[in-house]
Amino acid sequence: MNPNRRSPFVNLMTILVYGFLYLPIIVLITFSFNASKTNITFQGVVSQVGPLKMQGSLVVQSPCGPFHWFCELGKNKDVLNAARNTLTIAVTSTIISALIGTMAALALQRYNFRLKPFSQLSLYIPIVIPEIVMGIGILTLFSQLFTFLNSALGLTGDARLALGIGTVILSHIAFSVPFVTLVVQARLQGFDQSFEEAAMDLGANELVTFWRVTLPMLLPGVLSGALMAFTLSLDDFVITFFTNGPGSTTLPIYVYGLLRRIITPQVNALSTVWILLIFSAVFLLQRLQSRQA
Amino acid sequence: MFQRLREDKALQGTLLILPTLAVMVGLLIIPLGLTLIISFGQRTADGGVIYTFTLDNYLRLVGITPGCGFKSECFDPLYANILWRSLTLALQTTALVILLAYPLSYFIARAPLKRRNTFLFMVLVPLWTNFVIRVYAWMMILRTQGVLNGILGWLANLLGLPFVPLEMLYTPSAVLVGMVYEFLPFMILPIYTSLEKIDPALYEAAADLGANAARTFLRVTLPLSMPGIVAGTILVFIPVMGTFIVSDILGGRQVILIGNLIQRQFLDARDPTFGSAASLILMVMTLIVTYFYTRKFGFGEEIVAV
Amino acid sequence: MSEFAVELRDVVKTFATPEGGKLNAVDHVDMHIRQGEFFSMLGSSGCGKTTSLRMIAGFEWPTEGEVFIDGQPQGRKPPFQRPVNTVFQSYALFQHMTVAQNVAFGLEMDKVDVNEINRRVSEALAMVKLNGMEKRSPRQLSGGQQQRVALARALVKRPKVLLLDEPLGALDLKLRKEMQLELKALQQEVGITFVFVTHDQEEALTMSDRIAVMSRGKVLQIGAPVEIYERPNCKFVADFIGETNILTGQVRSVDGTHLKVYVPDLEAEVSAVAESQFQPGQPVHLSIRPEKIRLAEERSLNENCFAGNVIQSAYIGSDTRVKVKVGKIVLKVWEQNHISTLDPDAYFQQNEQTWATLFPENTLVLPFEEG
Repeated sequence: MNPNRRSPFVNLMTILVYGFLYLPIIVLITFSFNASKTNITFQGVVSQVGPLKMQGSLVVQSPCGPFHWFCELGKNKDVLNAARNTLTIAVTSTIISALIGTMAALALQRYNFRLKPFSQLSLYIPIVIPEIVMGIGILTLFSQLFTFLNSALGLTGDARLALGIGTVILSHIAFSVPFVTLVVQARLQGFDQSFEEAAMDLGANELVTFWRVTLPMLLPGVLSGALMAFTLSLDDFVITFFTNGPGSTTLPIYVYGLLRRIITPQVNALSTVWILLIFSAVFLLQRLQSRQA
Repeated sequence: MFQRLREDKALQGTLLILPTLAVMVGLLIIPLGLTLIISFGQRTADGGVIYTFTLDNYLRLVGITPGCGFKSECFDPLYANILWRSLTLALQTTALVILLAYPLSYFIARAPLKRRNTFLFMVLVPLWTNFVIRVYAWMMILRTQGVLNGILGWLANLLGLPFVPLEMLYTPSAVLVGMVYEFLPFMILPIYTSLEKIDPALYEAAADLGANAARTFLRVTLPLSMPGIVAGTILVFIPVMGTFIVSDILGGRQVILIGNLIQRQFLDARDPTFGSAASLILMVMTLIVTYFYTRKFGFGEEIVAV
Repeated sequence: MSEFAVELRDVVKTFATPEGGKLNAVDHVDMHIRQGEFFSMLGSSGCGKTTSLRMIAGFEWPTEGEVFIDGQPQGRKPPFQRPVNTVFQSYALFQHMTVAQNVAFGLEMDKVDVNEINRRVSEALAMVKLNGMEKRSPRQLSGGQQQRVALARALVKRPKVLLLDEPLGALDLKLRKEMQLELKALQQEVGITFVFVTHDQEEALTMSDRIAVMSRGKVLQIGAPVEIYERPNCKFVADFIGETNILTGQVRSVDGTHLKVYVPDLEAEVSAVAESQFQPGQPVHLSIRPEKIRLAEERSLNENCFAGNVIQSAYIGSDTRVKVKVGKIVLKVWEQNHISTLDPDAYFQQNEQTWATLFPENTLVLPFEEG
């Protein structure tokens, strides 16, 4: 690998690895236009627009034409519900993680207190233990706790405490907070305390200093930490799998359920929409951030 | 009161850390403790737990049938095999991921500054499809009537060769491919970060001192990118050890990993005590590997570069 | 208005060391800084100068003693309640604000009327010659310009005292020299008390009305530059400010301020002057500056004149810097090059025999210190 001349080996590997990364994405998107309902081989796109017409498992004509499966998706209540749950969980857990994670980063970087070494160490737990260990741990905690509380408080029927959107949000906070904290901490490392001291020296009290100086300085770090938390939450399967309950199905859980039954190109249509949505969201955020910097 | 808070820096710090610490203790440390307690318990017929102290669950995991003694016919390697298979698969995946990620990271790190972000962005895009959906895509590619066999058949036809579709889905190789695909980006980013930090003058210095390209790579580039490889390994090896969807979907019932074992204890078999013991063994295995690995090479800051 | 702009009365600041011990970063310091004075705290890193400054600003509170600003005890007042402003070593300019917003920040905090703010900001920027830069980001400025913004931002609040923490440290030598003169002129123009922290003795000598020389948390000497240089009160100050030759000996006789000191390394008695009281028999140091030693081909005085051998000679333009071996010691001597000539004999050469004269009035007796 001569640094001045590009080695053909590196170039070839680069092309192959990018190909490997994109092949599944291309397949996913292509098959979302598949006319075949069984979706095993690609049977061409739905070419005619008009009232729904089927030929065996082949869709010949659809009111939406090639976008048949996207329309079906829009009519699917389960998908819409799962999408709403996914977003609710991701947004809530991201906001809370960003808030308390930033506070923790400030504490760890700017203060000395007795629990500091322990706190710093505890943040590495979610990174060094497999997700499934965390998932079943949290599941065990909630099920034991709820069994105990339900009988202690005499709760019955719908009043009983059970796994649901609340437990999923809590568990998502648990794995997101360390990432936010570590990212913000890294950002704080780049700033010594003189900026805050300068603000106070110029007459700003602690709150004004935080609001006018510390927070704006940290914002890029907080934003990228939050973006990470949001992505992790959207993508999470394992922990959600163990902590969700009836009514809190998220999109990954929903798709997993479908995979074990019939898979129509609806799943592909869902993937295509998903990729496009996240792509545009991240693109917008990056634009926003680069304009700020 | 306010004056006290203003002057007591330790109190300020404690108050700031408190919510996060509560989450870490309440949702990580206490659950891990509970898992430990339950792993020494016994199951009831309906999937409940009797709190006692028995090592039965751990004995079963290493292949010893409880109450049977230490005779050879009492040795049942079923679970020990699963542990071994999970470990070797995770190591294979990690090694393959490093081999694929390194040249690409190198390419991006040496690309003109303006284009690096675009190349990195291209690595991230596949990550934004969902984990489950990515596995599903491989299912479409690998199945007998799937995309890959389609391409191979078309090629064979072109060359006039006979072609029998390959059985690729539900094999250990399918699981390996799926795992490599899922975790590749988590290796590319940290290796890129550590390669990008290397001062290009070092390459010139190495060349100036008479090192050829291969020696420069082995003596300069590779050692300096070690922190990235370590961070990437942690980010890949640990989740691979614990994942159960890839083997579930691409391995069918053929490839059972420790993740699948744990999941079934909690959902189908309803034996949380055995599942807890298995998950603690899993945790210990990953911690041991991580410990020896990071003790040798250090725990780089690249871990948060993702 | 109090006579003193700032006073530190018996101030101690104790920090915990990482090893679990305690360290007095500032150790019973007394300082009385007059109104309108350009006052420097000079010392190497860790001498307590920055901690003292931070206690005046309110970033640290004294463990013992009290800080007074304009006669008022400051107690544990936070920085935003003190009538002082600081120019930071790193400038600490807010990167997310423009130059004008940086300068306006302090006035906004005081809830000054918007028109008034605008007027004073442009006035302050004009004062530091940065008009036209209002809309720039601090990142787009050179080091010298950033330094000026930091200065304008602190001065625009018209503080009673301006604190400067090594503000010129990050600038290159030429710019630093320019800024030294500019800062001094600016201080005279605005008439505000400046408290300036530096480790650069030349900088302190150039700018200050008075200097406090500090070491290991203690103030060793406070005085005007000329006093500090010409009449240092201890070996450390003599050595730290400029360069000097230190000899060690024993007092033989005392006659008012004139002493005779026996120096074993020269195997001779040296006549010298003292500012304080010494007793015969007492061990002492002698200090004589390199530029105050006279070298000649022949013996000039009966006393304090020693035969030596030039062991090293360096021509540096204005001076020739010579090392002369006299007895068992090597003296640094700087001879000014009075005459312009290319003749090598006009300058000292290695191995030349010479006589070194230590004039008694230039040779100071200082208390003996171990080490």
